[in-house]
Amino acid sequence: MDLTYTEEEQDFRARLREWLLKALPELPARPSPDDWPGRRAYDLGWQRRLYEAGYAGLHWPVDAGGRGATPTQHLIFLEETERAGAPYVGANFVGLLHAGPTIAAEGTAGQRARWLPPVLRGDEVWCQGFSEPDAGSDLASLRTRAVRDGDDYVITGSKIWTSHAEVADWCELLVRTDPGAPKHRGISWLAMPMDAPGVTVRPLRTLAGSTEFAEVFLDEVRVPVANRVGAENDGWRVTMVTLSFERGTAFVGEVVACRRTLGELARTARANGRWDDPALRRRLGRLYGEFGALWRLTQWNVSESERSGGVPGIGGSVFKLAYSHARQELYDVAAEVLGASSLSLDEEWVQGRLSSLSYTIAAGTSQIQRNIVAERILGLPKGR
Amino acid sequence: MDFQPTEDQRDLRAGVRGLLEGRYGREALRAAVDAAAGAGTAVDRGLWRELGEAGFFALRLPESEGGVGLGLPEAVLVFEEAGRALVPGPLVATHLAAGVVPGAAAGTAVVTAFDLAGDLVAYLGEADAVLGAAVLPVGEPVRAADPLTPLHRVARQGGAEESASASVSAYVSEGALLTAALQVGSALRTVELAVRYAGEREQFGQPIGAFQAVKHSCAQMLVRAEVARTAVYAAAVTGDPGEAAGAKLLADEAAVRNARDCLQVHGGMGFTWEADVHLHLKRAWVRAEQWRTAAEAEELLAAELLDSAG
Repeated sequence: MDLTYTEEEQDFRARLREWLLKALPELPARPSPDDWPGRRAYDLGWQRRLYEAGYAGLHWPVDAGGRGATPTQHLIFLEETERAGAPYVGANFVGLLHAGPTIAAEGTAGQRARWLPPVLRGDEVWCQGFSEPDAGSDLASLRTRAVRDGDDYVITGSKIWTSHAEVADWCELLVRTDPGAPKHRGISWLAMPMDAPGVTVRPLRTLAGSTEFAEVFLDEVRVPVANRVGAENDGWRVTMVTLSFERGTAFVGEVVACRRTLGELARTARANGRWDDPALRRRLGRLYGEFGALWRLTQWNVSESERSGGVPGIGGSVFKLAYSHARQELYDVAAEVLGASSLSLDEEWVQGRLSSLSYTIAAGTSQIQRNIVAERILGLPKGR
Repeated sequence: MDFQPTEDQRDLRAGVRGLLEGRYGREALRAAVDAAAGAGTAVDRGLWRELGEAGFFALRLPESEGGVGLGLPEAVLVFEEAGRALVPGPLVATHLAAGVVPGAAAGTAVVTAFDLAGDLVAYLGEADAVLGAAVLPVGEPVRAADPLTPLHRVARQGGAEESASASVSAYVSEGALLTAALQVGSALRTVELAVRYAGEREQFGQPIGAFQAVKHSCAQMLVRAEVARTAVYAAAVTGDPGEAAGAKLLADEAAVRNARDCLQVHGGMGFTWEADVHLHLKRAWVRAEQWRTAAEAEELLAAELLDSAG
């Protein structure tokens, strides 16, 4: 068990730090949260800079245009960019972390050549069309239909919780191609252009007041059969590749950010006198211990995936359960530090508190994660 | 960076597990519980010597001093195994006494410590020495909650408590970490016990582990144990006192709450003397009071947090 970084890893970190120091001051001003075209341009601009500096698709395989970095180098990248206050992956999230890796793993040479370079260069934005109003945790029961008509699929249905739908060029779409087959075996994975006739996007307002995601309605949308990645009706397996990526290193930056927030909370509590309350102080101390452990668990999981050749393990579910709970606790403590000021939306932590409420729901609810841990790690029987 | 255990470390852990499964399995554990009820002692001197011969106590003593010459990362791995097997006795104090108290390294001496706040001392009746104390104090036996942790109450007189706390202060951080490793072993074991029972016990025509109320409880047990385990390993690698405090805090909670949840999964059986669950819970309660309590760990972490925040 070794927590020291190799010389090569330290070099990588030093070069990255140096580059960030130069690159970040040159960035334009951040757009307002509701300025979606502005956010798209800003996020793609950052991706373009990463591309030019050789940091785009760091963890992607080399033959997919990536850098073939080790999981540890990817960890360092996420840690350092967050520490330096670099932009979040933002609109590039689905392209870099879901759709891209799926195409890299399962796509044909032609598909890889068409879709991967624009993601890496910061030219195109992807969104995700998985969940439906009646298919959330039970994703495999999705009903959006795709009917073959010559060289096209004709698609009708609706998708929900689609982040960045308003500004996306492509949607990684799950559709039902065989309604007669058992639910996991009749699904296909398609790349759908968002400007295709019949696609309607309706923004959804979150409880935080912003429009972070949307509903997408599909009315006889024609998508070429050539846009299918993987075999027809093999989309569930193809999709699982993507989901395991989501649970891999997706939270590295956030753990770094939470530890910083915790420091700010301590300073504020000290300044406003709340620190003298032993119960509150002890809660903060406890969270400091918890987030320290979550950082170590991240390193543990990264080392594990390094040994298994880069495949993220189901240990990600253990991490997500602990992390999402700790993050909500962090912002509940923040509210206690603020007292009545926690009722004002002008406080930055209040926005954080509101968005933290999604953490036990998004990317697999805590209940689904517990099923995964209990059934796949502990081997308990599936319920009827 | 490679935070996973090396091949040697895995072998060491497997070796200790094998030794304890053979030498201190369930029958030995239950026999010790029965014997302790009559004799008021819990340490098996034969096992203690065997552990000594296996290098359990001399693990971190340099080879030049007759030790094994390994470090804290190896120590937490073997302590995890002792915690899983519920080996009774002052394992942590005797390990810390190796090279300090004659006989500790070899397991021929049983060394306890003033690692509990107040006037209670564990294993005093069968100890040859108390870590950091010149003489063995006299104490009155107390009826102990954990059948395998006999307790004595020692007389408080003229600054006795200060000198007791001074005697352990140099060992607190390592003592807390090794105790945390014992807790992690117990926490992982109670997950196994709960999962096994939930897979066997049938109600309403199916194993109770198929019900989400039970299944989710088991999943949460694993989450607690894994987070605590990583914290313990990391603290052992870095040797950082703050990380050791965090590890103790999380491991105490994992051991106590997992034992509670394991008891609940066992239903009525969990409330019996016959089931082993209560032995894990009671020992976890003892360890939670040893070396560094939750309140002390949280205060230490809070102070570190403020320091780091500048």
